[in-house]
Amino acid sequence: MISLAGRDILHAWGKFVFTGIGLGLLIGVTLTMAGVYRGMVDDAQVLLDNSAADLWIVQKDTLGPYAEPSNLPDDTWRAVANMPGVANAANVTYLTMQVVHDGGDTRALVTGIANTGPGSAGWPLRLLAGRQVSKNHYEAVADIASGFKLGDRVHIRRNSYLIVGLTQRMVSSSGDPMIFIPLLDAQQAQFLKSNDALAQNRRRIQRNPVFNNPRNPEVLPAVLELQESNTQVNAVLVQLKAQAEPAQVAEDIRRWLRLQVYDREQMEGILVGKLIATSARQILMFLVILAVVSAAIVAFIIYTLTMGKIREIAVLKLIGTHNKTIVAMIIQQALALGVIGFIVGKIAATVWAPFFPKYVLLTTQDTISGLIAVLSMCVLASFVAIYAALRVNPADAVGG
Amino acid sequence: MSDFFKQKKLLAVFATIALLATAFIWVVLSSGPLAKIKIVVTEVQERQLEPALFGIGTVEARHTYRIASNTLGRVVNLNVDVGARVDAGEILGMIDVVDLDEKINAQAALVESNKARLSEAQARLDYTGKQAARYRKLLPSRSVSEEIDAAKQHEWTLARNQARSANSELLRAQAELLALHALRNDSYLRAPVSGLIIARHIDPGATVLAGQTLFELIDPEQLWIDVRFDQAGSKHLAQQQPAQIILRSQELQPHTGHVARLEWLADAVTEERRAKVLFTQQPQPAPSIGELAEVTVQLPLLASTPVINNAAIMRQNSQLGVWLIDQQQPVFQPITLGRSDLKGNVQVLSGLSAGQQVVLYSSKALTANSRVQQVEQLVDTP
Repeated sequence: MISLAGRDILHAWGKFVFTGIGLGLLIGVTLTMAGVYRGMVDDAQVLLDNSAADLWIVQKDTLGPYAEPSNLPDDTWRAVANMPGVANAANVTYLTMQVVHDGGDTRALVTGIANTGPGSAGWPLRLLAGRQVSKNHYEAVADIASGFKLGDRVHIRRNSYLIVGLTQRMVSSSGDPMIFIPLLDAQQAQFLKSNDALAQNRRRIQRNPVFNNPRNPEVLPAVLELQESNTQVNAVLVQLKAQAEPAQVAEDIRRWLRLQVYDREQMEGILVGKLIATSARQILMFLVILAVVSAAIVAFIIYTLTMGKIREIAVLKLIGTHNKTIVAMIIQQALALGVIGFIVGKIAATVWAPFFPKYVLLTTQDTISGLIAVLSMCVLASFVAIYAALRVNPADAVGG
Repeated sequence: MSDFFKQKKLLAVFATIALLATAFIWVVLSSGPLAKIKIVVTEVQERQLEPALFGIGTVEARHTYRIASNTLGRVVNLNVDVGARVDAGEILGMIDVVDLDEKINAQAALVESNKARLSEAQARLDYTGKQAARYRKLLPSRSVSEEIDAAKQHEWTLARNQARSANSELLRAQAELLALHALRNDSYLRAPVSGLIIARHIDPGATVLAGQTLFELIDPEQLWIDVRFDQAGSKHLAQQQPAQIILRSQELQPHTGHVARLEWLADAVTEERRAKVLFTQQPQPAPSIGELAEVTVQLPLLASTPVINNAAIMRQNSQLGVWLIDQQQPVFQPITLGRSDLKGNVQVLSGLSAGQQVVLYSSKALTANSRVQQVEQLVDTP
């Protein structure tokens, strides 16, 4: 039994392969776009995974700490830690800012972690190199996406920090790399005003006779210290005891401490459903259009390929070849083209994905759906070509 | 000839298919769920940790002398300004109490008046004493009546008391005069010790209240650092422990020192313990008061235990532990941690023994079913 499709492919091998590669690159782009969408959603989810928390406690009536600003007194965690079912509670601060280093600045989510040790809520989950922060000042662990190396010094507000460890996939919901610094430093970085603002504020208060009363010179330093100190954090991360019921603990905290509490599901709803919803839908829309366009191009290619050999098909018909054989040839060719295209597309997407500035997540599920979609599209597209091939008049083989 | 071309074409087809297949297999094995997780392992070591405590503080003078006025008055002149070095007892300025001289004159007049009164009282005492003696002598001869004698005796007693009272009044007026002179003397502000003027809060011509500070004086040779340490881990802090001090202005030049005092009062708001760290040899040039300093205090060596890097510590199901590698499969081992040093080493009190291989870094989160591949390092480290 001779494979007609195989013989035909062999006959025009170069053309076939290049068509396949072209198609593959298009499929690669579609797979990548799916990866961009998945990466976006994943960025939001890893932020939650990385915080290693079961509950997030934030300022009342806010969607903090990621989607809205939230401020809590930094001793709230003590009351939280005393609630039944809570294994431990840790303060955390988040601040998206430009981190200055030699030769430029990098946008990063600066996270302040409480002095509770590795494995606690808020701490980097795992490292690629170096170590976790061990001093309670001026050390930092950075995500590798920030481009920092071990031993680098970065400047956050007025202090410089030594990079002692590197992490991977520790990013904010918008994909900015995270930089972990001790909580006391982070509080200062977040709430300390600039030196100019401080000096002007001091001058203003000094001019006010209520605060700068010569009869009571102790008032002025006290007022200034009060103005310049900060005892706020953005959220308290809670890890629960194994047997605790998250909904019950959350309800207790809401009722007795009158704070806003979110569990993992609610937090995911806020991040994926609210924070990145519009941009994710934007990418999704683009993905849908790209998929439709890719499908149309696949159909055109197969139709054109078949039309290119319409004379040969006429000859086959003339010599009495069964329609079944011709249909099988066209479908086999279309599938072969689809398989080559898919393989090239998958390879291309995998190779160029790491070069994207933001995370591109190529999931196995998307790859399998992609394969099924490509093959179905090839079969569907070949139907049009088959229809045209079967309608061809054998006399065309000898005609002009 | 055509066979040759056909063979060559077939070869090209197979080569292309093989290339694509190889690339595809590489892609599947390196990026999908079948990909092995790269890990870096390290050996648990048995050794003594050298723990240290890190804190930040500010440079302060050991003693600060606030020189204030004792009375309400106007500043006539100030002889020194910030930065001046003064000797003990040196006059720094003068406060003018508006009517002090007049009060002194009045008091001096009062003293004179009291002296005259004393003199008068003594003359009277002298006279009444003689009269009383004379009448007492005449009484036995019945030349005077007993009543007259008693009257003379009474006059004499009164004159004695008047003289004593006049003497007391004189002493009081003299003491008050001395007090006014002392007050005048005190209107000169004097340096209590030799030192350096670090602040001058008032300029000449201004009026000061009693108790208001005019100058701040320190001994520039007696500087120390007021350090704040996190309360967690500060249990082993003790006096005389050696410390390394890095001043913000002299970042590349660490200084040595020791813990001079542990404060009894902790900061309840910031949850920090305070201590004073003294320089072994005071830096030259002297740092400014209030300058930020980083202090690392060396604590005593700990007993020898298994030690791991803190990067290896993971949390699984609310338990702290490490991943061990057993026949190429990761196994989670819960551990109990002890104290740590500033280089990121942590004591393992139970769960591990020296020589065991634990996962230090991994390219993805490990599970008990992960396939792993051991590598030297995951990222290039300088």
